[in-house]
Amino acid sequence: MILGHLCRRSVASAHCKKSSILNSVKSFSHWSQYEMGPPDPIVGLNEAFAADDSPLKVNVGVGAYRSDDGLPSVLPCVRQAEKLIMGQNLNHEYLGIVGDTQFVDLALKFAYGKDSRIFADNRVAGVQTLSGTGGLRVFGELLASKGGHKHIYVPNPTWGNHIPIFKNAGLEVRKYRYYDSARSDLEFENTIKDMEDMPEGSVVLLHACAHNPTGMDPSPEQWAQISKVMKEKKLLPFFDCAYQGFASGNAPQDAHAIRMFVEDGHLLATVQSFSKNFGLYGQRVGALSVVAANEAEAKKVLSQMKMTIRPMYSNPPKYGAQIVKTILSDERLTNDFIDQCKDMADRINAMRFSLRSALEEGQQDRSWEHVTKQIGMFAYSGLTKEEVTLLREKHHIYCTLDGRISMAGVTSGNVDYMANSIKDVIS
Amino acid sequence: MKFNLISLFLLVSSARSFSMTAPSKNYLAEIPMGAPDAILGIAENFKKCTDPHKVNVCVGAYRDENGKPWILPSVREAEKMLMDDPSENKEYASISGDAVFVEQAIKFAYGQQVDLDKIAAVQTLSGTGACRIGGEFLGKFYPVKKIYIPDPTWGNHISIFENCGLEVVRYRYYSRATNGLDLKGMVEDIKAAPDGSIVLLHACAHNPTGCDPSHEQWKVISDLIKEKNLQVFFDSAYQGFASGDAEADGFALRYFVSEGHNVMLAQSFAKNFGLYGERCGTLSFVTQSADEKERVLSQVKRIIRPMYSSPPVHGSSIVRKVLTNDKLTKQYYEECAFMANRIASMRNLLVEELKKAGSTHDWSHITSQIGMFAYTGMNSDMCDKLTLEYSIFLTRDGRISLAGLNEKNVAYVAKAIHSVTDGKSITTTE
Repeated sequence: MILGHLCRRSVASAHCKKSSILNSVKSFSHWSQYEMGPPDPIVGLNEAFAADDSPLKVNVGVGAYRSDDGLPSVLPCVRQAEKLIMGQNLNHEYLGIVGDTQFVDLALKFAYGKDSRIFADNRVAGVQTLSGTGGLRVFGELLASKGGHKHIYVPNPTWGNHIPIFKNAGLEVRKYRYYDSARSDLEFENTIKDMEDMPEGSVVLLHACAHNPTGMDPSPEQWAQISKVMKEKKLLPFFDCAYQGFASGNAPQDAHAIRMFVEDGHLLATVQSFSKNFGLYGQRVGALSVVAANEAEAKKVLSQMKMTIRPMYSNPPKYGAQIVKTILSDERLTNDFIDQCKDMADRINAMRFSLRSALEEGQQDRSWEHVTKQIGMFAYSGLTKEEVTLLREKHHIYCTLDGRISMAGVTSGNVDYMANSIKDVIS
Repeated sequence: MKFNLISLFLLVSSARSFSMTAPSKNYLAEIPMGAPDAILGIAENFKKCTDPHKVNVCVGAYRDENGKPWILPSVREAEKMLMDDPSENKEYASISGDAVFVEQAIKFAYGQQVDLDKIAAVQTLSGTGACRIGGEFLGKFYPVKKIYIPDPTWGNHISIFENCGLEVVRYRYYSRATNGLDLKGMVEDIKAAPDGSIVLLHACAHNPTGCDPSHEQWKVISDLIKEKNLQVFFDSAYQGFASGDAEADGFALRYFVSEGHNVMLAQSFAKNFGLYGERCGTLSFVTQSADEKERVLSQVKRIIRPMYSSPPVHGSSIVRKVLTNDKLTKQYYEECAFMANRIASMRNLLVEELKKAGSTHDWSHITSQIGMFAYTGMNSDMCDKLTLEYSIFLTRDGRISLAGLNEKNVAYVAKAIHSVTDGKSITTTE
């Protein structure tokens, strides 16, 4: 019989026949009716870039540093740390739920400054996280499930992934005015106005430095004003710090807003990523910290962070944190890191100037001043969706639809091509 | 007068410090202390204990004959190769992870001949991460929000799936009266589940009991699940570790797939590759077609991206290196068998020592159970005594991790277990 010959196993033929019948009955699947989900706007770009076989193609989408030859680079201090780790013959045992506590301590001191009063007071709760994304998600869940928060305010615009992170954490995402694309500048008075209108106790996301995607940060005076209004309205500052050291090339300088807010007495939270500044992207190294009123409170918050982490991924990955720990606990390696991080920041800055001058060459009608005014990895070019699409389709240059260009992907080899292509699509 | 001045001073200074530290609406003040994790909390207590005789039979991590963590030589070799390879960098993996690693992992689980075109698979943060992402997917898309899990199961399962918005229901699995599988109870409870519910099965080396269904029993379970049209979710954390033979340990999963179940699988490389802290695993779905595979993948990525963006690459790079290298793969299978064999020998040794210590209980379940754990049958009072009086750290359900035993401590542990169980029952009557 037809069914019989399908049975290739030496199981009783009656059983085999029965299972073949059931096989054909169960051709229905639980997943058949689900739609294709949209590709991620940033990461999806990488995939499209990889599939493009044009020799001219340029990837200025994802914020990952490239050296001037357009290749990924691993910092020499990271390579050095890896050798040291290898020599120690360390094992791969589980970290605790909070991660590598030495790493956490060093990470927090990197952000807050080792002399910050919060350490002497023992009132900061810190955990190792899956880079910035992981820290944002854990804190978002904490706010929603334990802190009684229903919403969070994020700047407009902000990193695209912020919105689904907080939504999935159980928070309604609201926006406050931040950047005026018409003038390619902050609309600071509106930021203050919006903060004044926020319900008391609201949590407000702030980019610590090198705002993504605009690259425009408040000045120190403006930060002081933000701090004041947030104090008055009892708002909770939540810093996303993904570019410390990378923005100006000076790590303590890049953390000045966070440190100012701590001095001003805010009970703030900070998420740190070590993806860009240490070039550890795929290792997923980060930290989440909450500055509490006192030690007892910090302990309680830490216990709740653990309860959020355990059913998500149990404990964080070891290797990347080991690298950062090895570097930051060694004076020489730390100095090497500072130099190498500054080199990255300087190369990006040089590319900003090159790109701007190439864009302004031979034409006066459009200002490209913002390219050099902006800080950090990205240039918020002001290109429209249509122009970005044309840039991709005609010139094989990949950047996100909001016109955000990762300057880390610009090199002396492609900057002229980029400028000419941009001039072509805006004409 | 003096009192008033002093209290005024105190008021003023506390007001000053109040304004410097806390706005009046401090959300942190309302947050209660969270309960400590049962297993990891015990491990922390072990660390703090200063008794020189202390024994850790709590956390499921392999230890060698000296009680030390063991790095598999094939893993070390792979790490050296990664270090020396200039093409290895620290770039982001894609949301779904290292594609070569994922393919190797899926073949390792489902067999080398698996039809990859129909398996939607992503790299995850070890087994926990896979359960969480799988659970979130089910919570979002699956029509029946009920997941049936065995009683007992790994403690974290409950918390994971509840966080995904699923109702967690237990099915009978282990009989403490017989210290064996309660197939009758399991079948009854699964029959009583609403059609189309989700059912979690441990692929091998059930945690915590070490009690697995036989091949014949798996067939009964498979047929019943088909009748009820349940969505199967396998949790595989011990492949290779259970019997020492990774292929044999894949029986249940592979049987179910051959029987036409469109299973989900959470796979961990924590124990079998000793990669615990590097968080290496996969989540996969057996689908009907390449198109369905793409759609499922796209939706799974939308769950990963707002949780941690992309997975950590060190652990997966190691597994990829081993499983794409014939010499290392062969070496790995031997090392895995070595670990499983040491554990099996500890089972025998423990039962021998218990007899030597004078115990007359039937301890045969310890030798018939599989994997890293022995579900001894001791109750929580006995366990507490073991910890308090003998500094033996185990979970209060009587589960001991055999990996923590070695020739130096097994007699001590056996004597201690004998003393707390002597004259008492290690089975319960229903």
